[in-house]
Amino acid sequence: MEKKKGVYRTLFSAAFKLSAGTFGGGFVIVPLMREKFVRQLHWIEEQEMMDLIAIAESAPGAIAVNASILVGYHVAGCLGALLAVLGTVLPPLLIISAVSCCYSAVRDNVLVSLVMTGMLSGVAAVICDVVITLGARVIKAGRPVLWLLMGLAFVAVQIWKVNIVPVMLLCGAVGAADTALGRRKAVRPA
Amino acid sequence: MTYWQLFWSFFQIGLFSIGGGYAAMPLIQHQVMDVHPWLTMTQFADIMAIAEMTPGPISVNAATFVGIRVSGPAGAIVATAGCILPSCGIVMALAYIYYRFRGLSIVKGVLAGLRSAVVAMIASAGLSLLTLSFYGQRTLPAEPGSPDLLSVALFCAGLFALRHFRVKPIYVMIGSGVLGMLAYFI
Repeated sequence: MEKKKGVYRTLFSAAFKLSAGTFGGGFVIVPLMREKFVRQLHWIEEQEMMDLIAIAESAPGAIAVNASILVGYHVAGCLGALLAVLGTVLPPLLIISAVSCCYSAVRDNVLVSLVMTGMLSGVAAVICDVVITLGARVIKAGRPVLWLLMGLAFVAVQIWKVNIVPVMLLCGAVGAADTALGRRKAVRPA
Repeated sequence: MTYWQLFWSFFQIGLFSIGGGYAAMPLIQHQVMDVHPWLTMTQFADIMAIAEMTPGPISVNAATFVGIRVSGPAGAIVATAGCILPSCGIVMALAYIYYRFRGLSIVKGVLAGLRSAVVAMIASAGLSLLTLSFYGQRTLPAEPGSPDLLSVALFCAGLFALRHFRVKPIYVMIGSGVLGMLAYFI
């Protein structure tokens, strides 16, 4: 029992520290989680951790939250998952609450406003970089259906102003159908 | 009623953002600007910059920020809960399915289709931020001839640093912010 309490405490504090100290989103926190839970604490096997990361990345929602749910559950069941999620969510909740309290006062400051305006260009550059990286990955997959989906989805959202959710659902369905048809073709003798 | 709207908006964001923080961004933009009048484009751009500079997932940061502005600390908690609840259910279900049917090609097909859509969504959101930065408005102006040259320069320098030198995004953002301020005084 004492030992179990220790596991819960370590799990929560590890998740809290990882979340509080990691800037730059899910793709940054995942390798750090691996370092902590596989290399330092030896709670999870290397291969299993890779599987959990794959699930966290392909599931909807924040990657860091998904990964902490999986790690927490793996280590200490449902309570573990809950504690790990709390540890991951609390730091941003507290920090952003503090930031938003002084946001209005700070935003009207001329200097801050100038910095924010300059930063906007930086944000745009970061997003552009992400689009190039991810787009290249889709193109390299070598399936023209995916290129078409990507183009059509962009036109639908940007120009036709279609709601994002049906676009996503349709793309998922087309991806599944394409895979199913491709497999049938492969099975049939030429 | 507002609590329910906050919860439901961020529940949808949590449910449909596949592929990390940048995938959540266009969904957040849609919910807090198009569906509900919670943020202006400038505020949205600010929260994206703040979310990038502070630790934690972008969607959780945005949920806290929007929640607290719309209806105080309780709003922040409600929005954050809405944002992570879909993950809890789906991740557990997926983990179960994964261990049972891992490598099933249909599942891989769905994910491949979603990934293409995700890139398009991010590109679309990026474009509105880019036009805001270049022209001070969200849509492309009729005369695209006179962008803010400083913003264009900062954008190009930032993109070059990211692509060519693999500089961390956080440094690019801080750098462009500081340079933008200094350029004003020169």
